[in-house]
Amino acid sequence: MKNAVGRDIPDFLLTGGKEVYQGKNYMDGKYLQKAAPKTRRYEKPQESKLVETIAEALRQCGCKDGCTFSFHHHLRNGDYVANMVVKAAVEELGIKDITVAATSLGSAHDVIADYIEQGIVVGVQTSGIRGRIGDVVSEGKLKTPAIIRSHGGRPRAIEAGEVHIDIAVVAAPTADCVGNCRGIGGKSNCGSLGYAMTDAKYADHVIVVTDCLVDFPNMPASVEAIDVDAVVVVDSIGDPKKIASAAARISQNPRDLMMAENVAKVIASTPYFKEGFSFQTGVGGPSLAANLFLEKYMDERNIKMGWAIGGICGPMVELLKKGKVGKVIDVQDFDLDAVNSINQTPNHFEMSASQYANPANKGAFVNKLDFVVLAALEIDTGFNVNVLTGSDGVLRGAPGGHPDTAAGSKCCIIVTPLTRGRMATVCEHVVTVTTPGDCVDVLVTDYGIAVNPLRPDLIECLDKAGIPHVTIESLKEKAYSLVGRPDDLQWEDKVVAVLEARDGTILDVVRKIKPYTIEED
Amino acid sequence: MIPRPKPERFRLRRTMMFMNAQKPGLIKDAYIYGVDSIMLDLEDAVAENQKDAARFSLYHALKTIDYGDTEVIVRINGLDTPHWEEDIRVCVAGGADGIRIAKCESAQDVKTVEAHVLAAEREFGVEEGRTLLMAALESPKGILNAYEICAASDRMFGVAISGGDFRKCMQTKFSPDGVDMMVARGQMLIAARAAGVQCFDTVFTNLDDEEGYRAEVMQNKAMGFDGKSLINPKQIRLVHELFAPTQKEIIQAEKIVRAYREQSAAGVGVFTVDGKMIDIAFIPGAERTLKLARACGLYEGDLV
Repeated sequence: MKNAVGRDIPDFLLTGGKEVYQGKNYMDGKYLQKAAPKTRRYEKPQESKLVETIAEALRQCGCKDGCTFSFHHHLRNGDYVANMVVKAAVEELGIKDITVAATSLGSAHDVIADYIEQGIVVGVQTSGIRGRIGDVVSEGKLKTPAIIRSHGGRPRAIEAGEVHIDIAVVAAPTADCVGNCRGIGGKSNCGSLGYAMTDAKYADHVIVVTDCLVDFPNMPASVEAIDVDAVVVVDSIGDPKKIASAAARISQNPRDLMMAENVAKVIASTPYFKEGFSFQTGVGGPSLAANLFLEKYMDERNIKMGWAIGGICGPMVELLKKGKVGKVIDVQDFDLDAVNSINQTPNHFEMSASQYANPANKGAFVNKLDFVVLAALEIDTGFNVNVLTGSDGVLRGAPGGHPDTAAGSKCCIIVTPLTRGRMATVCEHVVTVTTPGDCVDVLVTDYGIAVNPLRPDLIECLDKAGIPHVTIESLKEKAYSLVGRPDDLQWEDKVVAVLEARDGTILDVVRKIKPYTIEED
Repeated sequence: MIPRPKPERFRLRRTMMFMNAQKPGLIKDAYIYGVDSIMLDLEDAVAENQKDAARFSLYHALKTIDYGDTEVIVRINGLDTPHWEEDIRVCVAGGADGIRIAKCESAQDVKTVEAHVLAAEREFGVEEGRTLLMAALESPKGILNAYEICAASDRMFGVAISGGDFRKCMQTKFSPDGVDMMVARGQMLIAARAAGVQCFDTVFTNLDDEEGYRAEVMQNKAMGFDGKSLINPKQIRLVHELFAPTQKEIIQAEKIVRAYREQSAAGVGVFTVDGKMIDIAFIPGAERTLKLARACGLYEGDLV
């Protein structure tokens, strides 16, 4: 069945009440029955929940075949924990038919790719999929289609019981002996633990893995002991060099700076740019540089930012410290400046993924967002964005909070160069729709700005401010005139991944890629 | 093939950005930054044994990239090198808008280049006189001969000073207040104005020194330069911002031109605007302000 973004969704996926994407806010007002976990009572006072090994903790938590594990990606490419846990389950307990439900998976998790190839890991649910896992899933080696959800769609699915977590694993930079966890104070600090919060509340069992045991009580705790079954101390939970980079530097690339300046110009031309406005930006070159130019406009108009959310890094913390933003609330920290600031700098707070972006709760932060600045791998003439699949059709990206912030914000700006190498970023049809075009308002490229025709109000704002803009079709034509029009990708029938819209409907599917062959004319 | 319109000898040239003609990644879309002129360099940026490769890159860029309204000028190698004749042929064959003569020291240098340009135009069937010229003054002799250089050819649209080489010759170095080149800049400006051509200042090389750059651009404007040579796209915005007339200047110029036209139609030669005496001597300046404002996108009226 065709959905609202024109993607054909195979019927076999549309069972058990699953629907195709119908457009923005389709589920508004409907009721959600929350699925409560089945948890063990610890009535008798316990001195400690420390367990010698991960395998022992898994045994205590009743780990068995068909188990679903949840992991969170605050340790990013430095994460050791997901591998350790899956390895212990497979090698020491002989567990089969494992589903890995992670907030993101990347090159740190090649071990899991091996288990997919061996048929031991049979399900993957994630908000990001990169590295060898992306390759093996695209090659059709995972038994069931991977399910890709946004950062807000994931807690929604957990709360709705669409994914039931048997064991949630929290990689904690510090924990006490009963499992109060924090993202700071240890040797592998990551700052916010926002993505782990919903998991810990909805999992049947929770295991905390830490490399820095601290005195009880470890307060204020991000994940609380009341939800934790076992605590395991290991030598190291991750490689600090890959967890948080040194301070994120603002790009000096003139192309990035030009685009960033235009993003700021667009923002300043809208009525939402006023005292107390709210803002989120990514950490990519031009997105991050937008901070710099935005600050100039704030100074010029003598206004302050009310609050900022997101994954956060140094430049935003800097604005907070200068008093130019009222509050910073984040689910994740990207560099040491942010890691060292959260819960330390006044008005720098932590939030859960649900609080950040869940479309089914009663007040996610994204719904109050004025502006979000996002990147894209591809954007098509319907303003649909792809941040998941490469130009070769292979899974190598992450919807993350992209669809959530785009849908929630009043003005969603995509910033991307028109071409990358030989690939047109602005194209006829994106490979995979990860953020639907009805949520995207403005596109800023190095060759010009385009406004979604669904937003005549913003077109008027740009015109009034004298900001030149063109149609997205003309940008697409320009891109093709520079780098050529690529042949269509060749797919097999097999669906290797299902892309859920944040509301749980199906936005798109990714099929197995057919190896490319050059045909003779 | 991209046909380029016939170059205009006098047009807005606030910014001229240098880029190595050998770097396709740089020159493929240098126009996106909104610079008035790009300066594709065959001279110092290109290594001695890469001159040929750079010419090929340049020729294909000129022939296949649509630079739109952005002027495309090529800096050729000096007349004391074995490269300049072939450089001229490739510029003309590719259809560059203009050629910048490096290390120009005399009217004869301009005439020598002009003769070769004409020959190349005939060779490649390019409209005679199409290719414009400008001269870079890089030595004391060049500065002393500035007027004859500026006036040496009808193709000449302007003259620029090249700070690096000039300072070396003068045994001085960059000074934040500009005193190191004050006399040279002044003499070149006087010569350019006397000959009726444009005048451009040298590059500012320290990209991290924002204050120093601002100060230099403001001094350039105060001295009467038409524009400045740049080495990085991020330098463009400030020049365009500072060289643009202010809102106040535009309103004042509009009032003067309008009042002059009304008064002179009524037979009055001297009158006052906002309490200030105005006569015909003020009109060219006011009209120039409005023309510049229009070129900068700040004036949409019909007085110029």
